[in-house]
Amino acid sequence: MKILVCISNVPDTTTKIKFAEGNTSIDTSGIQWVINPWDELSLTRALELKDDASSGVKSVTVAHVGTAMSEPTIRKALAIGADDAIRINYNAPDAYSVAAQLAEAIKKEGFDIIMCGIESSDFNGSAVGGMISEFLGIPSVSSVSGLKIENGTPVLTREIDGGRESVKVPVPFVAVVQKGIAKEPRIASMRGIMTARTKPVRLYEPIAAESLTEIAGFEKPALRAACKYIDPENAAQLIELLQNEAKVI
Amino acid sequence: MSVLVYAENWDGKFKKLSYELVSYASSVAEMLKMDVVALTIGKADDDELRKLGNFGAAKIISLVSAQLTVLDNQAYAKVIADYALKEGSKVIIFSNNMTGKALAPRLSVKLKAGIGSGVSKLPLSLDPFTVYKRAYSGNAFAHVIIRSDIKILTLAQNSFDVIEKPTGAVPETAAIDIDGPLVKTTVTETHKQTGKILLTDADIVVSGGRGMKSPDNWAPLVELASLLNGATACSRPVSDEGWRPHEEHTGQTGKIIAPNLYLAIGISGATQHLAGISSSKYIVAINSDKDAPIFEAAQYGIVGDAMKVLPKLVEAVKNLKK
Repeated sequence: MKILVCISNVPDTTTKIKFAEGNTSIDTSGIQWVINPWDELSLTRALELKDDASSGVKSVTVAHVGTAMSEPTIRKALAIGADDAIRINYNAPDAYSVAAQLAEAIKKEGFDIIMCGIESSDFNGSAVGGMISEFLGIPSVSSVSGLKIENGTPVLTREIDGGRESVKVPVPFVAVVQKGIAKEPRIASMRGIMTARTKPVRLYEPIAAESLTEIAGFEKPALRAACKYIDPENAAQLIELLQNEAKVI
Repeated sequence: MSVLVYAENWDGKFKKLSYELVSYASSVAEMLKMDVVALTIGKADDDELRKLGNFGAAKIISLVSAQLTVLDNQAYAKVIADYALKEGSKVIIFSNNMTGKALAPRLSVKLKAGIGSGVSKLPLSLDPFTVYKRAYSGNAFAHVIIRSDIKILTLAQNSFDVIEKPTGAVPETAAIDIDGPLVKTTVTETHKQTGKILLTDADIVVSGGRGMKSPDNWAPLVELASLLNGATACSRPVSDEGWRPHEEHTGQTGKIIAPNLYLAIGISGATQHLAGISSSKYIVAINSDKDAPIFEAAQYGIVGDAMKVLPKLVEAVKNLKK
C-alpha cells in the first residue's frame, strides 16, 4: 500500500500577517515557512502506519505544488520520515489549479491512500482534497480524525455532528483529515535530517491548468472595542452587562 | 436561472444553521434577481420542509433514494450537481460545516465552478463577482473574485442573521435513481451523543483553559454552561492533557466557532486559540494574569482566579432565572 500526503507551505501559525503591494498580497519578509499543521499531522499518521509492518504500508510520499522557494519545507517532510517527494513547479493561483496539478501527478504515479489536511492555515479554503478526488473520480472521506488498516483494509474515523463513525471506502481514496488523526506532529531526528538530503524529489513541470478564482485584496479584521474590566469581587456585574448591554444572555 | 441552497437535514430536521443559510441564499438571489431553490437529500416531512419557505425559498425540493442513507461524498455531489444543472443554478450555497466542506469541492470540479469558502458577508460586488472570506486563520479577510459562470459559496456558521420572508412555497419530494455502485461509503459503527448542545451550534460557549488548574475543577464551568443553555469547550493544552475530550478543543487546529458569546476562562489566548474563536460576537476573558493576550480580544474582562469568579457567575445566573 502506498500513501501520498499532500503538503502546503504556509507561514508559521504565530506570524503577524502584514500586507504588501496595496493589500493584494502578504509581506513575506521575515516569515518562517512551515508545513501546514494538518498536513504535518497527516504525515505523522502515515509514518506511524508505515512503522507498523502489519499495516502493509510500503511507502509514504509527500507532494507539493510550489516553486523552489518551498524546497526547505519539502526537505523537512523528508527529514520527518517521508520516503520521497514530488514537487510540481507551479505558483498556483487557486485551490482548483493546485488540485488539478496534484491529480495529474497522482494519475502518473498511483497511490492507494491520498491524505490532505482539512484546510491550509493561509487561505482556509478546505477545498483541495475534495477537488483531487473529483478530478480522479475516486471516493473521498472528509472530517477524518482516525485512520487504521485492519487486515489490509483501511478503516477511517469520520467526525459527525455530536460524534463519530467508522467508515470504509475502497482504495484508492482521498482522506481529508483534521484534528485527532495523530496526537503530536513527529519531529525530525538528526539522522532524518542527514538522510533527507539524499532522498529523491521528483520535479514535475505543470500541466496547463485553469484557475477559477483570484484574490483581489486583503483587509485586516475590524478592531474590537477595548476590554471593559469588571471587579472580580463584583463578578455578578458581568452577568448584568451581558444581559443588558451586550444582550447576549 | 436560480440560486440553489443545499439545506442539510439532521434525521429529517432543520436547525438555525439551515435558516441562516436559506436567508443568506435569498439575499444573494435578491441581488441577482433570481429565485432561491432549497434542496435537501433524505426524508424530511412536509411540515419541516415548509419551514424553509419562511426564509425566502421559492422552491423546496427533497430528493430521496434508498441508496443515499449515509453521506457518500461522491454520490451526494453528483446528485446535487445534476440537480443544479437541471435548475440552471448560477450560485450554489452550502454551509461551511463538515458536510459543506465535504461536498462543495467535489461540485466545484464537476461544474467547473469556483468556490468562495467560509464567506461571512453578502457578495461585495456582482461584476466581478467578489466575496468576502476569512484568511490566515482570522488574521485577515480576503476579497476573492470568482470568475467561473457557476459560483459556489460556503457560508461561515453564525455569520448571517435569519431573515423572515415567507413565500408559502409547497415542498416537493422526488424519488431519484442512483446507480447503486456509485455509493462506496459503508459506515460500520456510529457513536453519537444526543441531548447535548453541539459546540458548533451553540449561541453561548463556556470554555476552560489551563488556568482551570485541574480536570477536577470543571464542575462550576459545566454548570454555568448548562444554566446559560450553552456548550462547553476548552483550549488545546486541556484537550492534549486529556482533561477534556478532544471534540471540545476550539482553536486553529480544533473547532472554529462563532457563537454570540464566548467565555474564555483561564485561557491565555495564544494566536492559535484566537484563530478558532475570533469571529465570536462577544468574548469575555477571565484570567488571573492581567497581561494575558486574551484581554486584547475580549470586550469584557475579569482579572481574577477562575475558581473564585466562577461560583459568583453561577450564582448571578441563578438569580437571573428566579
